[in-house]
Amino acid sequence: MEFGLSESQEFLKDSTRKFFAGECPSAEMRRLMETDTAYEASLWSKLTEQGYPGIIFPEAYGGVGLGKVELMLLMEEAGRALLPGPFFSTVVLAGSVIEAVGSPAHKEKYLAPICRGEVRATVALVEASASWNPRDVQLSATNGKLTGEKLFVTDAAIADFLVVVARNGVFVVDSKASGLTISPMSGMDLTRKLYRVEFSNTPAEHIGGTTDLPRALDIATAALAAELVGGMQRILDITVEYAKTRKQFGKPIGMFQAVQHQCADMYLETESSRSAVYYAGWALEENSPDAATAVSIAKMYASDAARTVGNRGIQIHGGMGFTWENDLHLYYRRAKASETAFGDATFHRERIARLVIDEGAVSAKHA
Amino acid sequence: MDLNLSPEELQFRDELRAWLDANVPHDWSAWREKPMEESFPYLRAWQRKLHEGRWAAVSWPKEYEGRSATLTQQAIFWEEMARVEAPPMANSLGLGLIGPTIIAYGTEAQKSRFIPKILSAEEIWCQGFSEPNAGSDLASLQTEARLDDDHYIVNGQKVWTSYGWVGNWCELVVRTDPNVPKHKGLTVLLIDMKSPGVEVRPLRQMTGESEFNEMFFRDVRVPVENVLGKVNDGWNVAVSTLMHERGAYGARLHPLFKRNINRLIELSRKFQKNGHAAAQDPLTRQKLAQCYAEIEIMRMNQLRAFSRISATGAPGPEGSIQKIFWSELNQRLQQVAQEIFGPYGQLLGGDSHAVDKGIWSYGYLRTRGNTIEAGTSEVQRSIIGHFVLGLPKSY
Repeated sequence: MEFGLSESQEFLKDSTRKFFAGECPSAEMRRLMETDTAYEASLWSKLTEQGYPGIIFPEAYGGVGLGKVELMLLMEEAGRALLPGPFFSTVVLAGSVIEAVGSPAHKEKYLAPICRGEVRATVALVEASASWNPRDVQLSATNGKLTGEKLFVTDAAIADFLVVVARNGVFVVDSKASGLTISPMSGMDLTRKLYRVEFSNTPAEHIGGTTDLPRALDIATAALAAELVGGMQRILDITVEYAKTRKQFGKPIGMFQAVQHQCADMYLETESSRSAVYYAGWALEENSPDAATAVSIAKMYASDAARTVGNRGIQIHGGMGFTWENDLHLYYRRAKASETAFGDATFHRERIARLVIDEGAVSAKHA
Repeated sequence: MDLNLSPEELQFRDELRAWLDANVPHDWSAWREKPMEESFPYLRAWQRKLHEGRWAAVSWPKEYEGRSATLTQQAIFWEEMARVEAPPMANSLGLGLIGPTIIAYGTEAQKSRFIPKILSAEEIWCQGFSEPNAGSDLASLQTEARLDDDHYIVNGQKVWTSYGWVGNWCELVVRTDPNVPKHKGLTVLLIDMKSPGVEVRPLRQMTGESEFNEMFFRDVRVPVENVLGKVNDGWNVAVSTLMHERGAYGARLHPLFKRNINRLIELSRKFQKNGHAAAQDPLTRQKLAQCYAEIEIMRMNQLRAFSRISATGAPGPEGSIQKIFWSELNQRLQQVAQEIFGPYGQLLGGDSHAVDKGIWSYGYLRTRGNTIEAGTSEVQRSIIGHFVLGLPKSY
């Protein structure tokens, strides 16, 4: 048994960190967040050169064929850089759903272009009920046409196609399809744009049933938690650096235990989230019986921890932490958006309860 | 990263399982309710049996009758012990903390004198670290040892000594040079508790029992050959013991926590909350799920720390995370239990209405000590702040 990263995993993490630091430094991230879609074609082609869009997908579709632990590492580093744009929506979300539910022909048609970096995509799941449970979806296709509304759809305006979850299956809608209206929702996170998507007799291609959807959503949920870990690490690093250099009463503020102990808690929360996320990645990769529980544990813990780490980081920075120019609030905004996305801590605690408290539920892999 | 057990780990587990199946006593549940004084011979006998099977000190090197077990194998060991509800070992400090320190710092004569009897539980060990005026600030301890020819003369007082009442030997930290900075004038002595001038008194704690002792030393003569490590290098020797305390201890606790949460989930189906089983109460479910999740994360943190220890060779300051994590979690778990049991939660062992013979009311009180013993949460946070994050020392 070995919980540590292998040499190739360390290499991936390291090279990914360097890549994002070089290609998407803070200034570039801030430039992109001020644009309508936070998408930059040149950055996307560099991501593609690295093979990131195909990281977890089979080589048969042009992917790299790496595992879920590797995906966690990549997303952690993307989170550290607060990578703007549709990478999560396209690759982690749409890609995973297509891989889970689609036929080989559909994968050839929709997944392969994702792996090749040729398209942007997203998944439309949540409706007005704001439930992340696919069982609460009301939208239903009639004769291959969709009519209804989806909310909180990430990166929809830059997507070439949308993967839509309906009661009677998973569908793909082309961005140029008739009766499709995409309008922005003004979310707190400026780096990942949210949209309201309306369908009015919109043609949609059925690509599969919803049975295997939970696994794809679990991959996305764990990846989002991984992203939160990267964000937490960044906040911790910035804050510890500040506590070492900022002086009050003639001493670095990090010397005061009221400050130092908060930094220690930030470290504990960050490391514990990371342990939970890596384990979730491993459990998903191994199809372990506790994979769903592990994902909920990771998302539950990281959702709360990211908010708390952000609270502490801003507080320790004092007035500087409250300014626009400091990057902290950008991570804090992402943390709030990601906290609720795919279920907040309360949602996942209830899911854990269904999996481990309710009798007979323990054997169920996905709840 | 691969969390499957390797063939060697599986073999280790299976060999242990087979041995435990054949040897674990089945009457421990009756004994465990008796006072420690009564059950102690039973625990000694159990350790002796484990030692005969070479299972008493799996982490120790093979040359010292251990199995050179990896950290993962050690975790497997404690999981299996918990699975069969095996009794604890009588000499737990000797095996877990002091023996490894003697192996690391002791002379050949000390090793051959002390190690076999630690293993066989013939000699029980206790630890003389804390003093009334030296708790978190351990290095300020005042118990002094003055060299007199080939003996040290020890005077002072120690407190919070586990197993003091039954200890034959004590790992004692003393001040040998008062004229240098506080960390540089300490020495570790191995003291025979039967020496004239040693007095042990029970210390009654808030649970009502006396797990710990106070120890008084009045002109106690200790031969110089019982110095462990170098004279005035006692801080490093003591810290090595403390690191053992903080590093791998979590691996022993996790199976116990797991058993507690499983039992609590079972009980939550029986106790009523707002007109239905507590297990159906949305708020209770949230709290149970939180505890369940944190107990899982405790294990994952532990396994990750193992990988780091394997890479660096020694437990590091990251062990402080484990200490904070398990101690605070244990307190929260006990509070959730109290909320589920309502007024029944407060009932003590002797009461016929007590839940699980009072283990939860006891646990509620006992866990207050968790964030104090083995380094307070405040000290652990300062260790993380300074030694892990590189912030300036705050004290």
